[in-house]
Amino acid sequence: MIISIMLNGKKVVDDISPDMTLFNFLRNHGCYSVKCGCETTNCGLCTVFLDDKPVLSCAILAARVDGHKVETMEGLQEEAEEFGRFIADQGAEQCGFCNPGMIMNAIALFRENAHPTGEEIKQYLAGNLCRCSGYEGQLRGIHAFIEYRENGGAACRK
Amino acid sequence: MQEVGKRIRKKDAMALVTGQPVYTDDLAPKECLIVKVLRSPHANALVEEVNKTIALKVPGIEAIYTWEDVPKERFAQAGQTYPEWSPYDRLILDQHVRFVGDPVAIVAGEDEACVDRALKMLKVKYKVLPAVLDYHEAKDNDILVHPEDSWKSMYPVGADNKRNLCAHMEEEKGDVEGTFEDCDIVLDRTFHVPAVNQTMMETFRTACYLDMYGRLVVLSSTQIVFHLRRILGRALGIPNSQIRVIKPRIGGGFGAKQTAVSEIYPAFVTWMTKKPSKMIYSRYESQIAGSPRHEMDVRVRLGADNDGKIRVIDVYNLSNTGAYGDHGPTTAGLTGHKSIPLYTGNMEAFRHTFDVVYTNQLATGAYRGYGATQGIFALESVVNELSGILNRDPIELRLQNILKQGMHMPAYFDEIAESCRLDECLVRAAEMIGWKDKFPYKDMGNGKVRSVGIAMAMQGSCISFVDVGSATVMLNEDGSYKLSISAADMGTGCDTILAQMAADVLNVSTDEIFVSGADTDTSPYDSGSYASSTTYITGQAVVKACTELTKRICKLAATMMECEEEDVELDGHVVRNVKTGQSVTTGEVGFKAQCFNDFALQVTESHTSPVSPPPYMAGAVEIELDKATGHVEVLDYAAVVDCGTVVNPNLATVQVEGGLGQGIGMALYENIQYNAKGQMLNNSFMQYKIPTRRDYGPLRVEFRPSFEPTGPFGVKSIGEVVINTPAPAIAHAVYNATGCWHRSLPITSEKIAMSLLDGE
Repeated sequence: MIISIMLNGKKVVDDISPDMTLFNFLRNHGCYSVKCGCETTNCGLCTVFLDDKPVLSCAILAARVDGHKVETMEGLQEEAEEFGRFIADQGAEQCGFCNPGMIMNAIALFRENAHPTGEEIKQYLAGNLCRCSGYEGQLRGIHAFIEYRENGGAACRK
Repeated sequence: MQEVGKRIRKKDAMALVTGQPVYTDDLAPKECLIVKVLRSPHANALVEEVNKTIALKVPGIEAIYTWEDVPKERFAQAGQTYPEWSPYDRLILDQHVRFVGDPVAIVAGEDEACVDRALKMLKVKYKVLPAVLDYHEAKDNDILVHPEDSWKSMYPVGADNKRNLCAHMEEEKGDVEGTFEDCDIVLDRTFHVPAVNQTMMETFRTACYLDMYGRLVVLSSTQIVFHLRRILGRALGIPNSQIRVIKPRIGGGFGAKQTAVSEIYPAFVTWMTKKPSKMIYSRYESQIAGSPRHEMDVRVRLGADNDGKIRVIDVYNLSNTGAYGDHGPTTAGLTGHKSIPLYTGNMEAFRHTFDVVYTNQLATGAYRGYGATQGIFALESVVNELSGILNRDPIELRLQNILKQGMHMPAYFDEIAESCRLDECLVRAAEMIGWKDKFPYKDMGNGKVRSVGIAMAMQGSCISFVDVGSATVMLNEDGSYKLSISAADMGTGCDTILAQMAADVLNVSTDEIFVSGADTDTSPYDSGSYASSTTYITGQAVVKACTELTKRICKLAATMMECEEEDVELDGHVVRNVKTGQSVTTGEVGFKAQCFNDFALQVTESHTSPVSPPPYMAGAVEIELDKATGHVEVLDYAAVVDCGTVVNPNLATVQVEGGLGQGIGMALYENIQYNAKGQMLNNSFMQYKIPTRRDYGPLRVEFRPSFEPTGPFGVKSIGEVVINTPAPAIAHAVYNATGCWHRSLPITSEKIAMSLLDGE
């Protein structure tokens, strides 16, 4: 079947098999930031934006996004870099494999709530697993980023 | 330039946080065969026939291999220095399948869909055999997991496949039984630690292709490029010179990737078909056919006097290595070797005995802590119990018996503790958690109890007399340096901390050193990144290489300035004649090295060590326990670590926090379980739960660095020791809250609730 989506600001038309997941579709189209860690919607690594909302691309059929807008980290390089620096400054990126999913979801959080509390951060990102960091360094980085923005650092673009 | 000790960003950090394609599957050839294996549904069976006629007709299928198609020389998949302690008990495919998940056939096809179809169309006739599913009954069982005569043990570890024994060893010093008889108190307790999975976020995966010489190139998520080359050479029956192993970025390892789990199948496919291929393990496969921690029973007998002196410790562990013996003998050794020395203070005698047995369950392997974790859970729990019996504060009791700086350690290969601030770690961890006010518990009056628990831990910094680390350092013509290594950065940051050490010696910034590796074609030999050895062993190789390169730069510069070598010194970017003040830049020296020059500005050095200085730590936990449900909330965890000099405080801190997180999961809920047929129940993240960021409170980390004289810049190690304290500390806190000891991990809410019911 033929689908047409807006992927990272560009129109992509492709003939796909009806059982293809959005995750496989995205990797087939060069979006290598999108990772798979579990296949059972538990790890959050495959998080992408579907019409500006974070979704798990392993659990969505590509056919379902026909006519919709999809963004991956490839399309959000500036925001990823701006926020990612604060994770890097803690050494909390570690192996990095969970980073794109976590950072996508964190960007979604900041867009929804510019001043999240520690508890709100943990709740929003609870579905983003990380086995290296123990999460503490990520939390420190997030707090440092929020402080930077509150002190006049560039805001995340909507 | 002081680079060691700085909080420097990891060299790959920005690539990782912006999602660049730097991992195996991102870099795999785009048009490559997809490799999968058909896995046995039986725990023990003989493959009588594989009918692949129909499966081969599926469009897109390239090849299907069964046991008849593969070489017949057995090998070990464990990444260890030759001769491996792990037995040679594997074939690429075996007619005898020994656990649910053991490969029966390899299928390669042009896409996943056709391979999946072909897998369903393979018709296999099995002769199902009775299986050994309880490791307590494995030794000398009539059912043999490895009855074959081609089974081979490479090292005298007491292995005997005709007894289901992967290893049996004993070590004893002093009069163990005599001392027990003379002790006022003898505690005899048995503990159980289940297999638990590393669950690194990137599952096992490998891509293969041939290079322009027809050699096999293996791009793999591995901690052990050189061992892997040797393992593949033996498994495929081809010379090592025909194999190149490259490690890109790795999405976590924790020991899992110290075993060649996924490499052999695509390597075989590419070698046979001459076509590129890749194998990406699903999470399901990583769970059922990975390489988890060894399940163990650990029996501790501890003899003490009423005054608190711990005089004798006897540890016996029964380890379940599963269907294959990867890392079986070595992990079991650490159970005693890296727990008993903690109590060297008044120790008169000790014994450590172990059996490692085969069963028809998933083969186990290396997981952070590597057997020490199991031993420390048991021994630290017994010491906590002793403190209760003697009515002594557990901190005070430990301080009376603890290993201290300068002590001779009979239970640790007679090494001397040259760098040890364990006592300070213990005191500080207790202080951080508020031990004096909170021990043992406080009833909150709402059905909940808050309590604290404590434990200590140690590990090693390498495998003494075995590990080899190497570094090649080279001056470039712009004054920057290339550092080439084959230690494996798996997210730990070793590329960066080794560059920090090099920068410190060469007196430049870490940014001016780029790091390349790991690639068996271009990197110098290294055992690989495991056994906590990279900072301590490869780090020293880096220091040696940079020191020698400094001399060579000075020598060439002296020639350029027509002066004596003794008169020049390297000062960062210039080499100066201290007598005349004349100088040349390192860039100019670099250019000189490329023109009419026969004096290489490239140095390779190796390092090895006769000692393995232990890092130490203490962990203290505060929990809140719900007496109605048994639910445990980890409110606070204080950890104080002596890892020697801290090279990069950011990275060391995150190592500790990550290890604590894994340890908390292991203590409270991670557990590999099987049904009666030997099928694994926890085969996805739905059933195998690892901690999320909501599952524990703050992890607070401090360091009490000693200075290890044999380590570069005084370093020891940090990678593994950090996973060892949560289980015993939490078990202690649960006891303080409920009065019940839990000696079998994980300490689930259900177990706690049931124990409270039993108590009433």
